[in-house]
Amino acid sequence: MIKNFLKRYWIFLLLVVINVVLGFIFPEIGVKSLDITKRNVIEMMLVIPPIFVLLGLLDVWVDRAVMMKYTGKGSGFKGILIAFLLGSAAAGPLYAAFPVAGVMLKKGSSLFNVFIFIGAWSTTKIPMLTFEAASLGLPFTLIRLGLSIIGIFIIAIFTDKVLSKEDKEHIYELSDKESK
Amino acid sequence: MTFTYVLYALALIGLTLSLFKDKNKTKMALKKAWKSFENILPQFLSILVIIGIVFAVLSPETITMLLGSNSGFLGVIGASLIGAITLIPGFVAFPLAAALLNSGAGYMQITAFVASLMMVGIVTLPLEIKTFGKKAAIIRNVSAYVFSLIAALIMGVLL
Repeated sequence: MIKNFLKRYWIFLLLVVINVVLGFIFPEIGVKSLDITKRNVIEMMLVIPPIFVLLGLLDVWVDRAVMMKYTGKGSGFKGILIAFLLGSAAAGPLYAAFPVAGVMLKKGSSLFNVFIFIGAWSTTKIPMLTFEAASLGLPFTLIRLGLSIIGIFIIAIFTDKVLSKEDKEHIYELSDKESK
Repeated sequence: MTFTYVLYALALIGLTLSLFKDKNKTKMALKKAWKSFENILPQFLSILVIIGIVFAVLSPETITMLLGSNSGFLGVIGASLIGAITLIPGFVAFPLAAALLNSGAGYMQITAFVASLMMVGIVTLPLEIKTFGKKAAIIRNVSAYVFSLIAALIMGVLL
């Protein structure tokens, strides 16, 4: 139990030790870094629970056939659109998207559509767009958005093309392993 | 922030409906939710500590200097690298970008910063690798990085 814990958390523990040592040498940086980490932890802990609850519900209630039909291989334009809208409607930082992507893969989404989903989550999130427009202006936001949508497709097509069949099989295996 | 409430509302509605339909399945969903969370927790905590240290070392003044006006293409590279490495939530990043623009930073640098911040995630790479494997994660990040530079150049011409 303890051995297992150490094996999984040793990098984190090492970083904490580094942070503490750093704090002893440069107290100012130590205090500041702890303060930033604390604020980030609180923020993440607020956003993360509902995302994972929704994820669990998705995993249990949406069966493979349905996900495959709508976003799997051969789902065509509709599949791309659904993946794009799913990503755009999301909230939360990009790293929260990876577990969702894992479940989508496990349920039979095509890799290309999952990359579209990741791209949309990273750049076309609707709540963030309103915020971006408020801070940086509408012209900036619209041009950035237009470029990003083109970019999402280029990156998804490119990544999909570069990966070999074995690579893709490996990714599907990962998604299967993760939830066990 | 309001969107967080929407998320909570959705999760709550989902849970209630699920509980109404099938108690066991709901239990399983919560178990799975916890498991997938616990699965990423070690990497997650490590990332948060790294961000804390990096931001404590890099002062806002340093960042402003790197992204400032007249920094040219080097500034674009610097801005995109900062964006690629750091992990700043949008509602912090956008006002920061606006403040930088007001204090004379170029649109090119700011676009490079915003675009790579959104699409490239170096500190979160371990999490991405867990889902997509090393190769796919690296390809996605490298192509997203190149794309953020191209977007910056186009924005520099347009605005």
